[in-house]
Amino acid sequence: MKKNQLKGWLYLLPALLFLGVFMLYPLIDVLIYSTEESFSFASGTGSGIGLYNYSYVLHDPYFLQAVRNTFLLVIITVPLSTGLALLISLGLSSMKRLKELFQTIFFLPYVTNTLAVGLVFMILFKKTPYSDGFVNRLLALLGMAPIDFIEGPYWAKMLVMCIYTIWIVMPFKILILTSALASVNPDYYKAARIDGTSPGRIFRKITLPMIMPMISYLIITGFIGAFKAYSDVVAIFGVNLNEAGMNTIVGYVYDMLYGSSGGYPSYAAAAALILFGIVFTITVINLLVSGRGDGKGAGIG
Amino acid sequence: MRQEERKGTGSAGLKRTAVTLGLSVWALIVLFPFYWMVLTSVKSYGAYNSEYIPRLYTTEPTLGNYVDAFTQVPLARYFVNTVIFTLITTGVMLLVVVLSAYAFARLRFRGRGLVFVLFLALMMIPNELVVITNFVTITNLGLRNTFTGLILPSVTSVFYIYLLKENFEQVPEELYKAAKVDGTSDLKYLWKVMIPICRPTVITITILKVIECWNSYVWPRLITDDSSFFLVSVGIQEIRENGFGRENIPAMMAAVVVISLPLIVLFLIFRKKIMAGVSRGGTKG
Repeated sequence: MKKNQLKGWLYLLPALLFLGVFMLYPLIDVLIYSTEESFSFASGTGSGIGLYNYSYVLHDPYFLQAVRNTFLLVIITVPLSTGLALLISLGLSSMKRLKELFQTIFFLPYVTNTLAVGLVFMILFKKTPYSDGFVNRLLALLGMAPIDFIEGPYWAKMLVMCIYTIWIVMPFKILILTSALASVNPDYYKAARIDGTSPGRIFRKITLPMIMPMISYLIITGFIGAFKAYSDVVAIFGVNLNEAGMNTIVGYVYDMLYGSSGGYPSYAAAAALILFGIVFTITVINLLVSGRGDGKGAGIG
Repeated sequence: MRQEERKGTGSAGLKRTAVTLGLSVWALIVLFPFYWMVLTSVKSYGAYNSEYIPRLYTTEPTLGNYVDAFTQVPLARYFVNTVIFTLITTGVMLLVVVLSAYAFARLRFRGRGLVFVLFLALMMIPNELVVITNFVTITNLGLRNTFTGLILPSVTSVFYIYLLKENFEQVPEELYKAAKVDGTSDLKYLWKVMIPICRPTVITITILKVIECWNSYVWPRLITDDSSFFLVSVGIQEIRENGFGRENIPAMMAAVVVISLPLIVLFLIFRKKIMAGVSRGGTKG
């Protein structure tokens, strides 16, 4: 019996070591960092404990800009991508031939390197002295003047960021919703059809309630994902996001930590904890609103 | 009656056409960036820059950009680095995950339930929160610009432990008891019985981890500034900022094609597995 006890822990040992050193310890450490004032890498110590770091971050115009960008991105992309994914999944579920082909195509963005394909989007939208770029060409057909989407006005940059984000997140949502729609018991539809129920009513009274848990799961994970937007933004606007005015909260954390503006782990820690607070609050609100904590959407990581 | 029937099929046909059309539009939006990157990558530098209005096709495709991508920037190095990183990280992850999933599913020891709940709680911790300390830890250990530094914090995946543990538990306990009576050791049982039975799940988590590794950007960017340790994501960003000169878009696109291709091939081979795996445990979005 004693031997068995030991064996269990032995099998767990590698996981415990990795998780302990790279997750549990950092978690405690980040709380300490965030309250240590004027911590510096050079001396390895701070001069006191308090909430100064939080106050600094909350008054930093770059952070406020990042918060604004992130909130806009979340508010625009989450409803749009979820709605669009629902439409596409409904379309897909009514298809017979070509269904697999479409599903395969729609999933492609999931398996692409965000940084690499972001470059393609950058080029499609970019206006250079040599060329207006492909998207501006399309706009010209509609009689619109060319716009520099990458280094131009704020709304144009935000638009590209939203379009790319939606393009990236769609595969996951389509996949989840298509399988949710497929799992609705066909007997309900048969019964409704015998009763002569209209398609609109079938959708509202049968389909929607049945897939609602999955929709709220997608909304929650969508919120979490969009709040943590970073690499897709870098892909389009380059690493200097503050200069481009397109930084996100996560981008702010990393900029504080590393690079030309880095070296301030305390500020990074405070900003990361503020982000965690926002995400946590919104997840809880989402769970309360959707009315069921069915556990599926509980993972924030 | 007959008229009405025909009208019915007519509007159904119309609806089907509309749905197909709508789906085709989205398919076009998804595929177009891929088409554009391949197209641009085979245009010559001169041809690309002389097109004030970008053309949707090319009459003189060239592979010269691919040669440039491998000779003018260290793309091959980035590629090899990423392969090494992906293989080792995935391998170590599998070892760690399989052992602990087995411990949770089959071994009896005190504190098991509590530790498992703790593991589940860790799933809620966003990476952004722990990256800061890990950055400091790895820097202090002098592991910047090493594979060890790249790999160590990327190994653990609590979610995969959870996924595999669920699967292990579905294997009938009688098999285990029978094996114990026969005097089979736990390791042998795990290797000869559990893993073969649960192969689909093991393959799924392997592929998901490979995708994750191939695309990882944040950690490699923080921990490497020596380009001989760059992975493809950091490498392509470096190429964008400093490689080729900023204007050589066709060569840049050739690099993008080279970087994107492995995962697309992997996806086309394991399409069903990947999609099933992601719908069970993916979190991108």
